[in-house]
Amino acid sequence: MSATTGYNFGYLDEDTKRMIRRALLKAVAIPGHQVPFGSREMPLPYGWGTGGIQVTASVIGPADRLKVIDQGADDTTNAVSIRRFFARVAGVETTERTAEASIIQTRHRIPETPLREGQILVYQVPMPEPLFRLEPRVAETKRMHALADYGLMHVKLYEDIARHGHVAISYNYPVMVNGRYLMSPSPIPAFDNPKMHRNPALQLFGAGREKRIYAVPPYTEVRSLDFEDHPFEPVRARAGCALCGSRESYLDEVVTDDAGGRIFVCSDTDYCQSRQARQEAAE
Amino acid sequence: MTRPMRMPLAAGFADPVLDAQCCFRAALEAMARPGRVQRVAAPPEAPPPLGGAAAALLLTLADAGTPVWLDAGPAAEAWLRFHAGCPIAAMPGEAAFLLATGAPPPLARLAAGSEEEPHRSATLILQVASLAEGDGWRLSGPGIEREHRLRVEGSPPGFAAEWAANHARIPQGVDLFLCAGDRLAALPRSTTLIPG
Repeated sequence: MSATTGYNFGYLDEDTKRMIRRALLKAVAIPGHQVPFGSREMPLPYGWGTGGIQVTASVIGPADRLKVIDQGADDTTNAVSIRRFFARVAGVETTERTAEASIIQTRHRIPETPLREGQILVYQVPMPEPLFRLEPRVAETKRMHALADYGLMHVKLYEDIARHGHVAISYNYPVMVNGRYLMSPSPIPAFDNPKMHRNPALQLFGAGREKRIYAVPPYTEVRSLDFEDHPFEPVRARAGCALCGSRESYLDEVVTDDAGGRIFVCSDTDYCQSRQARQEAAE
Repeated sequence: MTRPMRMPLAAGFADPVLDAQCCFRAALEAMARPGRVQRVAAPPEAPPPLGGAAAALLLTLADAGTPVWLDAGPAAEAWLRFHAGCPIAAMPGEAAFLLATGAPPPLARLAAGSEEEPHRSATLILQVASLAEGDGWRLSGPGIEREHRLRVEGSPPGFAAEWAANHARIPQGVDLFLCAGDRLAALPRSTTLIPG
């Protein structure tokens, strides 16, 4: 079955998978609540997606087709090595097409192509606690989640508005899940936050170093924190993609020379390439 | 000490790794879309009254770290202890997983987690006569676009009121799997149930 012998299917041993699976089921039952789990040492360092990999390894089966993206791109080091890892230890098919994948592991983006029922989006999360910059004590943040006491975060947003005139958070923008738990969406751009709201796909989050798993079930309310007079606004560079011309997608700024030259291109490589292919076919 | 002759133990999963993965995906999909009925593709041959889906769930999720309470008799207990290696809980309130083939213990007496750790709560696996989508209970909440309908034959009397009390304790509470033969559906604590 696996392309590499000597490992269990999906690399993790069955005891570990069972423990992660129990955590995942509880995470889905309590949307937005962080469930602790016994994070294992993986064959890559913390910070490279060990949480996401452990979640994927516990969920994946031989019939799945896996896509891995890193900042929207299929062809960067982290994405390529994780995709190759699962091709070796689980023998699964991989793809770069969002529409063809049954499991998408992602670092810091949500694909532009809308997800559908039956797909699972696995996020790699560096810091699952949305309050950690405001309250460093874990015991205290647990208490705040228990009491749904999120005044501290509202004060932070208010101070941003008082100082800068707007909420100065461009990524990892905190969200309320199902009207109950404050949740870190992982460092996705605030531009992607609205895609989490009532998404038909199941969204799972794994934080390996911080040893937390959480989830957003399909069609669940995910609201970015804001104020009535300062509603949430997703930020996007005011430009079109230099390659495919899209004015809807999230853009990366690329410096082209040392004389101030720069272009903007889609961060989602699959989206950009399929648009370019369609434009070439039309010509 | 002489012991009575025992029947040989029934087998567990034919392929422990892939069958458990397959069953977990059915369970995850069921929990993520409450009221949708899933099928367990390769259930183990469990001793009666244990049904295929309930037995598969226990083998997939229970191990030495999770006390299990069950009312299915000594043959099922011996089977589960051998294949899952889980401790058998004497009291329902001590169990992480409960399997009820008859009348389940009251939901209010099961572990519901704490305010800070609502995930340390019990999961009840309830065997019922049949499960069908399309009519019956009206379910809404996370995982449900508008409304899912689930007809359950053989749910305990007064269940809707008990579930409403469980739902009202959010984020604490008990999560439920309903199993009939090799089919299963789930009600996480977040689901609102209106009998219909």
